[in-house]
Amino acid sequence: MDTIERVLLEQPFLEGIDPAAAHLLAACTRNVRFERGLYLFHEGEPADELYLLRAGMVAIEIAAPGRAPVAIATLRQGDVVGASWLVPPYRWTFDARAVETTSAFGVDAACLRSKCDADGRFGYAMMKRFVPVLVQRMQAARFQILDVYSKRSAL
Amino acid sequence: MIEPVGAFVPRLYRVDAAHRETHDTATLELVPQEGDAPAYRPGQFNMLYAFGVGEVAISVSGDASDPSRLVHTVRDLGAASAAIAHLRRHAVVGLRGPYGSAWPMDAAEGGDVLIVAGGLGLAPLRPAIYHLLRHRGRYGRIAILYGARTPSEVLFGRELARWRKRGDLDVLLTVDRAERDWHDDVGAVPLLIGRIGIARHATTALVCGPEVMMRFTVAALREAGLGDDKTYVSMERNMKCAVGLCGRCQYGPSFVCKDGPVMRVDRIANIFGVRGI
Repeated sequence: MDTIERVLLEQPFLEGIDPAAAHLLAACTRNVRFERGLYLFHEGEPADELYLLRAGMVAIEIAAPGRAPVAIATLRQGDVVGASWLVPPYRWTFDARAVETTSAFGVDAACLRSKCDADGRFGYAMMKRFVPVLVQRMQAARFQILDVYSKRSAL
Repeated sequence: MIEPVGAFVPRLYRVDAAHRETHDTATLELVPQEGDAPAYRPGQFNMLYAFGVGEVAISVSGDASDPSRLVHTVRDLGAASAAIAHLRRHAVVGLRGPYGSAWPMDAAEGGDVLIVAGGLGLAPLRPAIYHLLRHRGRYGRIAILYGARTPSEVLFGRELARWRKRGDLDVLLTVDRAERDWHDDVGAVPLLIGRIGIARHATTALVCGPEVMMRFTVAALREAGLGDDKTYVSMERNMKCAVGLCGRCQYGPSFVCKDGPVMRVDRIANIFGVRGI
């Protein structure tokens, strides 16, 4: 077992994963580091790499003309950054910026998709891990959309 | 002369100090015109009366160990709360109370305490936090998770900063949206529960905020393994009499004014979050 595979297994996102699946995933994975202020990706760019955060903090931002970018979520150690790699046309729909110097596992999206396509069992195992993350993000977004702390909601 | 007696007669209090917390929220320090302020327990509320406007239930947000004054944090929402929130020093207000149930400070001793607050919900929890800090040795790990709408709407910001500097409690803040001058988290406050990790068999959770926020939080606490018997929420319903007579604040078989506002989740699990109740 190589180092990246061993450290991957320590990620909460992969807790309890089958070692064979971890081996396949490790083959698509590299270590990456983003200095504070650097972008992991920008809206509209190809979603060719997703990230499992090992340390640091990433802000998911949306830019609007004439105003500063607005952060709509922050992600930290153990979180997954990026879902657009899962669905065509595989392009990011938000910006992701390193708020602090951030280290992560970068997973080659095309590599992972091809392994999921080639091995349905592995693909299903991966989806069972990614879908709960998507559901949690969707619920959090709904919570924020509700604007529960606003005066309108309080009346 | 007819003596004013009975549960519905307010005592007169003078505003000794008024602090603006956010654009629509103020904290008032009230001292009685005569006699001492009544003792109260963290989590209880008073009925505050703006003369000629109306009466509204407001939780106490001060330190229960200070008998000289009652502290209330009021958000300008309706006619009565707006009138109270804009009172200035030396103004006089009617007050009756304290009423209702309290946070389980004794039952929580010996274990960890997790405070989860959203928006103005930090105000009813502040007396509990003061209690925890005054008796720090009686409790295990203490964590405060607080969510607000935007950075400018964070309540008690200076105090949160002071608490954060202490080495003996965790303070995590989040807002729903922020620009780059905000250096804490952005996102829903229940997500912070997964970040801190809790000792599921030795933690008491005290939760206060909008009811939707409390529902999401209770769900996150359940997912983290915390039992409903260790989770307390502060419910809110429109109150009128505050003594369990009028029924305005009925919540299933209970009245929030006298059976609440602090309620243990396993005791309301069959109605908590149920539409129409």
